[in-house]
Amino acid sequence: MGDAPGAGSSVRSRVDTPGVAPDGPADSPSRSRLEVRNVSKRFDATAALTDVSLELRAGEIHALVGENGAGKSTLVKILAGVHVPDSGTILLDGVEVQIPDPVTARLLGIAVVHQEPRLFPDLSVAENVFLAHPPTRRLGAISWAEMRQMAAALFEELGVHLDVGATVRGLSMADQQLIEIAKALSVDARVLILDEPTSALSAHEVERLFAIVRRARDRGVAVLFVSHRLEEVFELCDRATVFRDGRHIITASVGDLTTADLVRHMVGRAVTLFPKAEAPIGEVLLEVRHLSRPGAFQDVSFKVHAGEIVGMAGLVGAGRTEIARVLFGIDQASGGEMLLDGRPLHLSSPSAALRAGIAYVPEDRHRDGLILDFSITDNVTLPILPRLFPHLLVHPATERTLARGFVDRLRVRATSVDQLVQALSGGNQQKVVIAKWLATHPKVLILDEPTRGVDIGAKVEVHRIVSELAASGLGIVLISSDLPEVLAMSDRILVLHEGRITAEIPRAEASEERVMFAATGHDGGASAEAGGPSEASHAGGTA
Amino acid sequence: MTKERAVAAPESAPVSPAVARPWAHPSVLARWEFFLVLILGLFVWMGTRVSPYFLTPSNFANLTSAMMEVAIMALPATLIIIAGEIDLSVESTLGLASAILGFLWAAGVPLEVDIPLVLAVGGLAGLLNGLLVARAGLPSLVVTLGTLALYRGLAQVVLGTRAISDFPSGFTAFGFGTVPGSPIPWTLIVFAMLGAVFWFVAHATWIGRQVFAVGKNKDAARYAAVDVAALKTALFVVSGVLAALAGIILTARFSSARGDNGSGLVLTVVTIVLLGGVDINGGKGTIPGVILAVFTLATLQSALNLAGVSGDYQTVAVGLLLIVSITAPYIARQARTVIGRVLRARHPPPDPVAHGEVVG
Repeated sequence: MGDAPGAGSSVRSRVDTPGVAPDGPADSPSRSRLEVRNVSKRFDATAALTDVSLELRAGEIHALVGENGAGKSTLVKILAGVHVPDSGTILLDGVEVQIPDPVTARLLGIAVVHQEPRLFPDLSVAENVFLAHPPTRRLGAISWAEMRQMAAALFEELGVHLDVGATVRGLSMADQQLIEIAKALSVDARVLILDEPTSALSAHEVERLFAIVRRARDRGVAVLFVSHRLEEVFELCDRATVFRDGRHIITASVGDLTTADLVRHMVGRAVTLFPKAEAPIGEVLLEVRHLSRPGAFQDVSFKVHAGEIVGMAGLVGAGRTEIARVLFGIDQASGGEMLLDGRPLHLSSPSAALRAGIAYVPEDRHRDGLILDFSITDNVTLPILPRLFPHLLVHPATERTLARGFVDRLRVRATSVDQLVQALSGGNQQKVVIAKWLATHPKVLILDEPTRGVDIGAKVEVHRIVSELAASGLGIVLISSDLPEVLAMSDRILVLHEGRITAEIPRAEASEERVMFAATGHDGGASAEAGGPSEASHAGGTA
Repeated sequence: MTKERAVAAPESAPVSPAVARPWAHPSVLARWEFFLVLILGLFVWMGTRVSPYFLTPSNFANLTSAMMEVAIMALPATLIIIAGEIDLSVESTLGLASAILGFLWAAGVPLEVDIPLVLAVGGLAGLLNGLLVARAGLPSLVVTLGTLALYRGLAQVVLGTRAISDFPSGFTAFGFGTVPGSPIPWTLIVFAMLGAVFWFVAHATWIGRQVFAVGKNKDAARYAAVDVAALKTALFVVSGVLAALAGIILTARFSSARGDNGSGLVLTVVTIVLLGGVDINGGKGTIPGVILAVFTLATLQSALNLAGVSGDYQTVAVGLLLIVSITAPYIARQARTVIGRVLRARHPPPDPVAHGEVVG
């Protein structure tokens, strides 16, 4: 076998890793299912992948980790038939294959689940699953009953309770993700590629997903799991491969690695996680009393002090973003009140919130946070233009100087402040969004999933920035589905469940178990390990 | 999906410092304007081949004054299209303005009172469009298609089939007269002043920046505290007022106020805006490009007139120009990508664009 990976790695058979051997999979676990040999890919001036090799075995879950720009997505797209490599070969079950387009990838049994579900919202669950290959009767008419039965059987097998006749619109992100996986498995996939499937999921949805992925592995599917969350790699995966700057760095059994190892391989240097600095807590800045918005949240009350980071944990759909939208004037509350510095707030629009001193870094930075083909400068100054130039005329030098100040302070990696933000990496884009709001000199900064989809290096940077901002006297509300992040960053954690605050936990008492317990609707008490993760999706009927 | 955008889409990354202010002067459109100058030159050359009369001062006065109403309406239309909306109702607002002006004048109300009233009516017509689009959230294509019919209907209710034509000579001279001792029509001076104002607003003020921001991503603009609804409403109001002004000018030029004045002009307005390089999907375009397009189209129409081409065929020409101006930028972009790829393959740049160094 002349395809040993580039760096000096310790490739071992997963069999000698204790505790992860599957019991009786269809295929021998050591058999090579997919082999990528010496693949390179350039996009014009940029080398996305350089001489990369990777082996996926039947019946293993293989993690692919690396920072943004490391080449993970490029490899996924090559395997999905979206990109064609410039050189190198791909072998499937020992046979060399060409994957010129996504249809071929599907026919070869390579199924890809993307980060964001790409479903048809107005079609039913069953129709989405069998869209490309519906069961037909004579004359090509679709057999609806059979399709529904097949879909129901598939979800049954996955241990998921979903109404296969329901339309996809209105289903949670998590359920949509499961439909994507069902769709992938419906074609008897030999290789299942999951491209950051968990970035939009809450902890217990992640558990459910993992159970399904494990079941797929036990059926002999080779799973490639692309993720930013290292704890998931350790929980789920058998082996891990690290890419950095388009090159293969290491492939090793997960049992032989530590988090520190992985981080070091990913960034090429040692990194300390979550540098939360202790800051003096000041006066109450923002106070929310009995705030309600029908269908979103009810009777929400909390306070944010100067210098304090208040974490907001909860499952997706618990009402966290909805509260943020009211605090930023996008939606209006139906009852309750908000006070800033003791004065009542009436926020009819984001401009009103901005004037009051509230800033919001939205969840979806491409849709709401940035204008992608504006320059860094134009994005940073957009909210404050009327304040900056009261006589209408824009002075480019003034705004560029202002933007450069924030770019330096937040260490945005860019060639100049005139660079378009679409050319920046995810982490640097997020820093531009934060810069934009810092330029407004807010008193309260609300961050909604600020590190979703950014790489480890940038994540640490964002944490550093948020910590410094709190130390400078801002009140910060941190909404995040990343539990370790919330636990590490927050002075106090509010946990929401179905639109209500179910727990308020001070930093010293916070633990993952307590937060998750409250987030699933329990109020206090011990261990929640009981029921398996394969439990129903939105039944919620626990005693 | 888009996390590795920097790697996945390097073609769109800015390379040259010439694109430093892309919201104001995208390089594609800078080239588009250059292209427009070439077409304009070609049409002038065609005109001189067709008739010796083409390059005379009086023909210049004719060809420009015939175009000034649509030119004035094209200015706010440019900003509306950049903001991602469209206003099809302008030609009917023009007709309504003309009808009300005629009605009031025939009723004995002096012009000093009529004109401000008519402009106010235009503003109200625009306000209705703006409220339906920006506040009620209806698609502007449908709203202004509806008011296109509504305002035309109102114009015909006001004046019936009558034509009012006994306007004072001072007023009609404003419509087709020129500045004494020159071939410059008075209306061209009005357009030049408005053009300068729109140029300034679109490309040098933050109002213009907000218009581009809304057109590129209205959600992000809203989250960035841009009052999207107020901005759009204001654009429609300005569009209505200037359509009414165009109605006054047309009435003066024809010495005739009629309810059906200006029928079909919206096709020309949209053609000018798109020929000027404005993206029909919003977010991109320049005022100078649109001003160039005004003269390009005026020259073409004059050349066709002098060549004896009938009005029907001229409409065919305008339609073709509209199609060409929508497709040409896409073709040009494709060509640029291919040429760029070939050049880069021959001379690969030393540093990848996507992984820039730290600023400062």
